[in-house]
Amino acid sequence: MVQFLEKLGDQCLHLLEQLGRMGIFLFACLWCVVKPPYKIFPIIRQIHFIGSRSIFVIFFTGAFTGMVLGLQGYYTLRKFGSEGLLGSAVALSLIRELGPVVAALMVIGRAGSAICAEIGIMRNSEQIDALECMAIDPYKYLMAPKFVAGVLSMPLLTALFDVVGILGGWLIGVVLLGINEGTYFQAMYASVEWQDIKMGLVKSLVFGLLLIWIAAAKGYFLHFERGGGFGAEGVSRTTTDAVVLSSVAVLLWDYLISAIML
Amino acid sequence: MSDAPNDIVIELKDVHKAFGAQKVLRGVHLQVREGTTLVIVGASGQGKSVILKHMLGLVKPEQGEVLVFGRDLTRIRAREVKEIRTHFGVLFQNAALFDSMTVFDNVALPLRERTKVGEERIRASVMEKLDLMDLLGAEDKYPAQISGGMRKRVGLARALMLNPRVVFFDEPTTGLDVHKSNEIYRLFHRTQQQLKYTAVIVSHDVPKIFKLADTVALLAEGVIQGCMSPEEFQLAENPLIREFVETTMGPIYSSDKEESILYETL
Repeated sequence: MVQFLEKLGDQCLHLLEQLGRMGIFLFACLWCVVKPPYKIFPIIRQIHFIGSRSIFVIFFTGAFTGMVLGLQGYYTLRKFGSEGLLGSAVALSLIRELGPVVAALMVIGRAGSAICAEIGIMRNSEQIDALECMAIDPYKYLMAPKFVAGVLSMPLLTALFDVVGILGGWLIGVVLLGINEGTYFQAMYASVEWQDIKMGLVKSLVFGLLLIWIAAAKGYFLHFERGGGFGAEGVSRTTTDAVVLSSVAVLLWDYLISAIML
Repeated sequence: MSDAPNDIVIELKDVHKAFGAQKVLRGVHLQVREGTTLVIVGASGQGKSVILKHMLGLVKPEQGEVLVFGRDLTRIRAREVKEIRTHFGVLFQNAALFDSMTVFDNVALPLRERTKVGEERIRASVMEKLDLMDLLGAEDKYPAQISGGMRKRVGLARALMLNPRVVFFDEPTTGLDVHKSNEIYRLFHRTQQQLKYTAVIVSHDVPKIFKLADTVALLAEGVIQGCMSPEEFQLAENPLIREFVETTMGPIYSSDKEESILYETL
């Protein structure tokens, strides 16, 4: 019994410690984002990596998500004789929920894992220590451009996802299943409001911050990982953890933001 | 800061450090004087690198003081530690080069991040340093594409980029053959003559490193067993130093012989 309590306490302390560390990490990074000097080139490079190189995968997942929504929505709505509302159903579910969430999950898989592994390897091979010894702030040099790039890229990627998804829904609903094109888009105009777009925007901004934060912090604190964050295996395990954790965090925050903003 | 009353650059006072249950340092006292070369020797796993990490402010002691330029690293703010580190150059054990950057970018990094020098002048001074290290022609290669000895030389070039006052060497020749390590020692000697920096070297390349040292310190059983000139060190009475000198000098000389035989047969 005592042993169980000891273990429980140990776990809780570890969790608390980790949370505290990550919180301080976030503040340090955000402080470095606003602190001069500003360097534009590293940010552009990170936007290229996190943003533009994700366009392809966002395009495809967006198209298929929209197509599936069109298909499923059509058959469901037809039961109630209201397939005319397909445009509204597709657009609302994409803009409010699926756009930000699926785009974030894709970016986690593509860029989040890469960021975690990159920083983890730098930590493992003393490159971060080397930066510190050279009096170069790793937060400013490594983290700040990634945070700026993540927060800038996510809303844009989400917007792209939404547009491609809506066109995917149109392809299925209008071209394939024969809903009237005017009805499809009219339903959309009538139901989508600024409130919905704002919710999607807030979500994508939060997710962008969240996924970079978790990936970067996990890699940065690799040496504090339980069970040893050493070597290739340590990096791979931590990267997996980071992907799982940030995916769960995205879904959790998705619920929280929806609950607050609806 | 150079007008400090004495010429002690770094001083460790009664430093204790444990990792988990393992006590690594148990009251280390050590002084490094301006412009001299201190060599810390000791068997592997005794915590020589840990001493170095204390001096760099990467590790905090549980007890004791680490004074660098008269300021206690354990008590000052992160910004001041950073300021102190601007006077440091470090050659890590595995060189710790940034492996996704070319040799040129690695050496240029301190200039790019810490100064406002234009790209043209950066190019000139990086090429000058690379030339000094006999690395011309390797500037566009990545660290994974060059040999271990070259990597160390790139690390040295990077460490010396901003003319540091103190340069730390963590096992500068481990993993290199005799010729390559002689090359590193030659470069070390040449650059120190030129730039007049204070050097702290952690090494176990024992008889050879003594030629470069002004002071030798042996770390054993968590404390510094003696901090003296190489000549005194070899004749010291302290049983641990005697044991160290006897056990290390022998095998290394014989391995020298073996290696020279190997070269002759090649």
